[in-house]
Amino acid sequence: MHDPDQIERVPAAGQPLPVDVPGRAPEGVAAAADRVLSTKQLAWRRFKRHKLAIISALLLIVLALVTIFVGLISQFGFAQQNLLHRVKPPSSNHWFGTDQLGRDEFTRVLYGGRISLLVGFTVALSAGVIGALVGSVAGYYGGWIDNVLMRVTDLFLSIPFLVVLIIAAAALGGSLFDIVVILSAVLWMPDARIVRGVFLSLKEKEFVEAARASGASNGRIIFYHMLPNAMGPIIVNVTLTVAAAILTESALSFLGFGVQPPTPTWGNLLNGSRQFAQLYPWLVWFPGLAILITVLCVNFLGDGLRDALDPHQKIGAPG
Amino acid sequence: MFRYIIRRLIYAIPVLLISSVLVFVVIRSTIDPLGGAAINPRVSQADIARVRHDAGLDQPRWKQYLIWLRNFVKGDWGRSLLTRRPVYPDIQSALVNSLVLGLVATAFSLLVGVGIGVYSALRQYSMFDHFFTSAAFLGLSIPNFWFALLLQIFFGVYLTKWLHLSEPIFYTAGLYKPGQQGFHLIDRIRHLILPMLVLSVQIIAYYSRYMRASMLEVLHSDYLRTARAKGLRERRVIVRHAMRNALIPLTTQVALDVGAIAGGLIITEAIFEYPGMGRFFVDAMFRGDYQQVLPWLMVAVLFVIVFNLVADIMYAVLDPRIRYA
Repeated sequence: MHDPDQIERVPAAGQPLPVDVPGRAPEGVAAAADRVLSTKQLAWRRFKRHKLAIISALLLIVLALVTIFVGLISQFGFAQQNLLHRVKPPSSNHWFGTDQLGRDEFTRVLYGGRISLLVGFTVALSAGVIGALVGSVAGYYGGWIDNVLMRVTDLFLSIPFLVVLIIAAAALGGSLFDIVVILSAVLWMPDARIVRGVFLSLKEKEFVEAARASGASNGRIIFYHMLPNAMGPIIVNVTLTVAAAILTESALSFLGFGVQPPTPTWGNLLNGSRQFAQLYPWLVWFPGLAILITVLCVNFLGDGLRDALDPHQKIGAPG
Repeated sequence: MFRYIIRRLIYAIPVLLISSVLVFVVIRSTIDPLGGAAINPRVSQADIARVRHDAGLDQPRWKQYLIWLRNFVKGDWGRSLLTRRPVYPDIQSALVNSLVLGLVATAFSLLVGVGIGVYSALRQYSMFDHFFTSAAFLGLSIPNFWFALLLQIFFGVYLTKWLHLSEPIFYTAGLYKPGQQGFHLIDRIRHLILPMLVLSVQIIAYYSRYMRASMLEVLHSDYLRTARAKGLRERRVIVRHAMRNALIPLTTQVALDVGAIAGGLIITEAIFEYPGMGRFFVDAMFRGDYQQVLPWLMVAVLFVIVFNLVADIMYAVLDPRIRYA
């Protein structure tokens, strides 16, 4: 696995985490002797066994709902200042305390989460689409097309991508759309590699040959016959990319090159409170904790989905 | 083997040239060094034109590129646009600082990571294995800049307060104490520990998982059964036969990671105000100083390419099963 990632693995770069969760059965197909189960039912059975993944999925849903309906939950606005209550530690009125302008930190973290989650999901989806396109074309056609596309993928993988991100962000500016585009442009490579791998093995299967014999066009074979069969690994990897995207966005915003204030994200909340870190530590605890919990949940969910949808994948097998 | 190495070296030259073109085009089209002056009403158009001419910015792009490349190869890396300091010595000292930090962190992580990985593989699904699997999950999910801030708060404020110290055990910023003259080993180490820890958490998490997977694969191989069948002692089987082979893929990964040190420690260096390559880059980008960014990028790219080469060659040397036609 040649992965010239930065030594500082800001996000684990969209690659599957080389980790499997303890306490799960190694091979997870329940014996249902009297009943034939569909692939989906089997997958659901395997997923249910992964308790951490279930809890993580529920937590993520709660988190998403809370950030969407923050206006109903909190009585404060994210930019609403109260200079009489500056830098107050957490209390019953301000659960996460207040910042240097007397803004309610709880409200700001939730509004920040809205942006961070939005960035995470859109980036993962668009990176997944790019990766699936590149990977399926490379894997299906093979030959020089495959060669060219995979060399491009290698090239993208070998550049220190935080550097590229910073240059691109400086050039384009820090609007939300720019950040999503830039992040998608550096996180699609793992998807491409995985889809290509699946396509290489699918290409030899009889059903593809049957489709071709019945006169289906290349495009139809790729999108109607082969891509649906590659969905399992794609879903798993897109999930893990959400974690990578959230981590990368927050790192970029933390350095001041990402989404610009006053739009709050977890990263630029931390950047804003960095200078007060040693005086008012609660301004550092909560945004960071929010990132940690979200990323951890996404990673557990990805792990559970892998067990469910892609049970043959051996993780972290070097080579 | 020798011919393989020579061929790879020759291949690296066009790759380097292409990257230099890319670096030049991207930087020169994204950073406009006179953009700030152009919107400043107190700077006259004539002055801007004069500066543009003096810096050679009014010549065609390709000519600028050739001049820049020639000077770069000669070691004449120009002067910073703002401070007028020569760029070469600044990058040199930044590179040394980054390498010290990166290599110390890599060495430490290797020691710990390989230990955890091997032991986890030998006792698969034991308490130890489960504990470090969860720990690795945490290590890979924690935002490193946040972890760095927590360490700064803990060592800078709380621990100092609790132990009634006049100064922190490990310093939270910089390279030396203010006013420190010359090299002082103890002081240097006390400044190095926290950034090293931040870097190590992720690397240990990654290397330990990598080593565990690699070791598990080797443990089920035929040659290990053969080694046992020969009647070798278990310790010798594990150390000489299993570990040595399991380390091969990790070795190339380490080589690639070392290549990324030159451009890859941006966040850690920014937080700990550590005067290395990452901080140099962020500062230069904030100021739009392309004279500093250009050679910096070339050094970072050079490192990546050279260590990619090293990784490939090491793989070929270590694993004789790989054939190179």
